Amino acid sequence: MYEIFALDKIKLTQYLFFTGKGGVGKTSIACATAVNLADGGKKVLLVSTDPASNLQDVFNTELTGHGLPIEGVPGLIVANLNPEEAAREYREALLAPYMGKLPPSAIASMEEQLSGSCTVEIAAFDQFSRFITDQQTEEMYDYIIFDTAPTGHTLRMLQLPSAWSNFINESTHGVSCLGQLAGLEDKKDMYKEAVATLADKDRTTLVLVAKPEKTPLLEAERSSLELSELGINNQLLIINSVLAKATDALSEKIRAEQQDALNHMPAGLRKYTTYTLPLRSYNILGLEKIRTFFTRDDYGNVSNRTAPVDLKQIDALIDDLYNSGKKVIFVMGKGGVGKTTVAAAIALALAHKGTKVHLTSTDPADHLKFVIDTTANITQSHIDERQELLNYQNEVIEKARETMSEEDLEYVKEDLRSPCTQEIAVFRAFAEVVDKAEDQVVVIDTAPTGHTLLLLDATQSYHREVQRTKGEIPISVQRLLPRLRDEQQADVVIVTLPEATPVWEATRLREELHRAGIQNKWWVVNQCLSLTDTRDSMLLARAEAEEPWLNKVKEISKDHFVAIPWLEDASIKNIINLANKD
Amino acid sequence: MRKIEIFDPAMCCATGVCGPAIDPELLRIAVAIDNLKEKGVDISRHGLSNEPMEFIKNQVINDLLQKEGAEILPVTLLDGQVAKTKGYPTNQEFSDWLGIPV
Repeated sequence: MYEIFALDKIKLTQYLFFTGKGGVGKTSIACATAVNLADGGKKVLLVSTDPASNLQDVFNTELTGHGLPIEGVPGLIVANLNPEEAAREYREALLAPYMGKLPPSAIASMEEQLSGSCTVEIAAFDQFSRFITDQQTEEMYDYIIFDTAPTGHTLRMLQLPSAWSNFINESTHGVSCLGQLAGLEDKKDMYKEAVATLADKDRTTLVLVAKPEKTPLLEAERSSLELSELGINNQLLIINSVLAKATDALSEKIRAEQQDALNHMPAGLRKYTTYTLPLRSYNILGLEKIRTFFTRDDYGNVSNRTAPVDLKQIDALIDDLYNSGKKVIFVMGKGGVGKTTVAAAIALALAHKGTKVHLTSTDPADHLKFVIDTTANITQSHIDERQELLNYQNEVIEKARETMSEEDLEYVKEDLRSPCTQEIAVFRAFAEVVDKAEDQVVVIDTAPTGHTLLLLDATQSYHREVQRTKGEIPISVQRLLPRLRDEQQADVVIVTLPEATPVWEATRLREELHRAGIQNKWWVVNQCLSLTDTRDSMLLARAEAEEPWLNKVKEISKDHFVAIPWLEDASIKNIINLANKD
Repeated sequence: MRKIEIFDPAMCCATGVCGPAIDPELLRIAVAIDNLKEKGVDISRHGLSNEPMEFIKNQVINDLLQKEGAEILPVTLLDGQVAKTKGYPTNQEFSDWLGIPV
């Protein structure tokens, strides 16, 4: 129904941005584009700002932020930037003058304010801007390709009317996300030019990359809308990893699901030209694979393999949670890894064992209701993330309006659209649920990040210090924070997929939690083809490619991980059958 | 005329509205400072996140921080002398210091 992507099918602009959630294959597509253009005699600069980037492995070359030629590809220069590293350097540069002059407690509190995802986004944008606005770069290369793009939040922040005036130094009001920009004021013109280039349809194309699944497509629609509201309208969509043919029951099922997702394309994406790329049996490593990624595959000779025997199944996790008597169980992971299903499976399995359980979900999940209603010991509630965010935003804006002018309010409104605010709003809602369910085990299908917890914690200890009786952090949140840190009571289960980027992202979530003093014991690796009995040669090849990532999770989790097979019927009931198979 | 300086802890913003919780105390103090400014009072405010240099340049604040740590904030100086720590001045305190109704 959609054409297969090929470079000669699109009108190429000098700047190409590939954007999409982790694990959809945007780095692979960016690499293949760059190498193929260079093979055609063009001068190409490929810039990666993905901290999870495996570009070094892809090109088998030690890369730097300055750009190096790639042996075997004349005309191609590759630069590997790390915005997290840049954010760290920026933070250090900002704090360095005060080291030794302010007490450690003051330095620490300043540092946390500069540790949110907004700082990393700004740092990434700073790096884009250098490449987009550099005259020499523009003249030297025919194509400049980025394997990621700035977010709407970052761009809006930079565009606020007087973002660069002395507003941030004003003594009565200041802002959080924008505070990150302090000290970058001399770059004002460069940023302005960068934003203008992004919105110029003759110079820039934004390529949205998604997988043929419901959640990733919805996420692609959201970022597409955000960027188009900012005038970036020259977009096209590539749907990666489409299964071309099916040879057994499992591959048939996967194919049917993919086709269903494609047939119900979100409305916001339909206006853009859309291409597909087939699922490949191999990981995109090495020049040969990059060159053929757009055009062919050969997976004919994968030997008959057997599933790895030492993988634990979900009952091992359930037993441990049950025996250790955990009271609050957070199930955490990036969008699309199946954390709602895993949370429901854990809740149901505990209920079957006789524990009183309350399941709270961010998924409207009517399909859950039937299962829950017919099961003893379990109740369910639903948290509408959008509604919670809206309530919180309105509450804050109401309060702010008492003291601020309408223009200043714009800054607050933008801050209220930051990822941190969303998390805080949802966390408050969860805290209320947990608070009400005192004699039950509460299972929740999401978790706050370390940064949010540290911010809440800092605010809370500040309130303690000033001995205010009426702290505005709700009592429920105040109670939940220490419970989360108590290993006896709470556990965070991390859900991921057996692929490079999801495992890397999950590792980062874990580190963030550690920073906030929260331990994670168990991991769940979902959708493992390795555990299925597929005979489809494409899927067998994919299953083989899962092995290094299963080993990686095994290592990180010290073997506290369970694997869930790719299920033909991934409904809760079916996962429950796995959990209850004893 | 008397001079008032307020030194804030590291916060996301001076009103607290964009942070993890809304703090009516922070809103009150923001309004109070605005009003005093309009009346021509010499009053200023410095945030640890935005203007850390002010916390070093001011010897009284720097000494206090080195001795007590960041937990001592917010601190109010009245004509350069510590008038209040670990909390913001009440409207009554402002009124007493300045001899005008707040």
